[in-house]
Amino acid sequence: MMKRFMPAILALSFALPASALAAGDQAHPESRNWSWNGIFGTYDRAQLQRGLEIFTGQCINCHGLKFIHFRDLIQIGLSEDQAEALAEQFEVAGDPDEWGDPTTRPAKLFDRFPDPYRNEEEARALNNGAVPPDLSLMAKARPDGSNYIASLLSDAEYNEGNPTDDGLYHNAYFPGGLIAMAPPLYEGLGVNADGSDASIDEMSDDIAAFLTWTAEPRLEDRKGMGLKVILFLLVLTGLLYVSKRKIWANV
Amino acid sequence: MESLLNIGIVRWFDNRLPLLSYTQHHMMDYPAPRNLNYAWNFGSLAGLALVIQIVTGIVLAMHYTPHTEMAFDSVERIMRDVNYGWLIRYIHSNGASFFFIVVYLHVFRGLYYGSYKAPREVLWWIGLVILLCMMGTAFMGYVLPWGQMSFWGATVITNLFSAIPLIGTPIVEWLWGGFSVDNPTLNRFYALHYLLPFVIVGLVVLHLWALHHKKSNNPLGIDYKGPQDFIPFHPYYTIKDAFGVGVFLIVFAAFLFYAPNYMGHPDNYIPADPLKTPAHIVPEWYFLPFYAILRAIPDKLGGVIAMGLSIGILFLLPWLDTSRVRSATFRPVFKWFYLLMLIDMGILGYVGSQPAEGDWIWIGQLATAYYFIHFLVLLPLIGWFERPRPLPDSIAKPVLAAGPVPGVGAAHDKA
Repeated sequence: MMKRFMPAILALSFALPASALAAGDQAHPESRNWSWNGIFGTYDRAQLQRGLEIFTGQCINCHGLKFIHFRDLIQIGLSEDQAEALAEQFEVAGDPDEWGDPTTRPAKLFDRFPDPYRNEEEARALNNGAVPPDLSLMAKARPDGSNYIASLLSDAEYNEGNPTDDGLYHNAYFPGGLIAMAPPLYEGLGVNADGSDASIDEMSDDIAAFLTWTAEPRLEDRKGMGLKVILFLLVLTGLLYVSKRKIWANV
Repeated sequence: MESLLNIGIVRWFDNRLPLLSYTQHHMMDYPAPRNLNYAWNFGSLAGLALVIQIVTGIVLAMHYTPHTEMAFDSVERIMRDVNYGWLIRYIHSNGASFFFIVVYLHVFRGLYYGSYKAPREVLWWIGLVILLCMMGTAFMGYVLPWGQMSFWGATVITNLFSAIPLIGTPIVEWLWGGFSVDNPTLNRFYALHYLLPFVIVGLVVLHLWALHHKKSNNPLGIDYKGPQDFIPFHPYYTIKDAFGVGVFLIVFAAFLFYAPNYMGHPDNYIPADPLKTPAHIVPEWYFLPFYAILRAIPDKLGGVIAMGLSIGILFLLPWLDTSRVRSATFRPVFKWFYLLMLIDMGILGYVGSQPAEGDWIWIGQLATAYYFIHFLVLLPLIGWFERPRPLPDSIAKPVLAAGPVPGVGAAHDKA
């Protein structure tokens, strides 16, 4: 064990030149005008559902979403029947049968999105050595996550889809500039609210919005409560200040 | 309160255990200098922050699972499925930062007004021990979510002990409970993270005991002359502190509800992976100046010693500062060096957040050198050479100088 960690530990130790730690060059994500920005921000349910559509149509083939239960999708405006119908398209492990053999069954509302691979080894073997990360928390696990996801997916050079000899793709927003994932979005994959084909930019936004929701599903509760709490505190603090002035008036 | 003592049974109880009288004595009648400014609010705010951390922490402990396989997922479960779990957890994680903000401001207030000087040296020491306990608690708490920064932060910091000659490695393995940061480490950090806050509560009692024994310092930094210098803590400072709490909570709420991850690091939303080192390992913001000092010395043991001394020398501060005047208000030279020290600490904090490469290396070394020069060389010298401005005769006098004001002690104010 110790031997395995030693190089990392040494690299971390400040005694060594720390330049080895510096991450590769990476472009700053472009800022988008998200519906949840600002004090009154909320998610756009239609956008989240479009994102879900693209996610289940494409991303799910390689990426997990393990912190999301199918029941959670009711929060973004799916009816219980719709969420149930979506769940049934996935097979999950069931109880052992009477002979003790493993079984599978269609997923139900209380199940989470199943991982696309049986284990990390399979994921690695099928993806040229790179393990596709679980996306549940991606929007919070990268600096400026929502913009990062949208910028990465819509990068123009990336979407030309010319791999290097190693099978990697140029992407200015990915740390190091080379990403193993082939450009996943193409015209015709997703549709806009009016039914027209969505552009890659539009799909990138919808996916980023959906993944922001999966990372922070309580955002609307939080912002809604914050407004009430702060208004209350402003009044309370005002009263406390006036009381303080009055009590101290003769000191 | 006093009227309660007229009730027979209350008097009977208080006679056997004077809870009520003590509360009356220490939280209401306590004679506080009449001239305390808003810089004196941070002590009570630190107390509030401690209570917030303990209450939210106990609730989190009811839902958290201290196991390497489950810790990260249990935190996400709190964020998603526990009723108001997101609120409790964000209060706790942001509360840690705000605890440090108010404690640092409390310390800087003490440094400016000379609150560490005689007769309050022991009060100052206890405060420093509280700060060290807070650092330990915060460090171990940050490990609990078992994200990438949790794991690698724990690995880097525990490895510092390996710098100790001969017994370094055995000590590190003893701390880990194994040969790397793993489940035993997480379990003991959890146990200690739950324990230390109550040690802090005990230390806070001692801190207040020492404070009430020698009484509060004040913005003029002069000794009290008589009852005319004081006002009772209640209602004057209870209401002033309550107003401070209101302001504190507004700022806290702004972060909590609108930027709850601003002071955190995105990497900690990636589950810990012992095989994958993050590009930059940075501690939480409140450790950055010390982290910069650690990295400034191009030798592991030297860096650890320098970091230890950066707080260690503060225990000697009452003697390193040779000036007999407490408050910087009357110290024209010290005032500027105080400002320089603040800037220096700001630089150290920024350097700590940057990768140790290029210009940051010498800037960090210069700032580290200045930190020690400030406390070990400049402070003693300033005390000797500085000519302080004349001190006022009493606390009551400058306060009442504007004219006769009706109120406590005004009658005593003659010579």
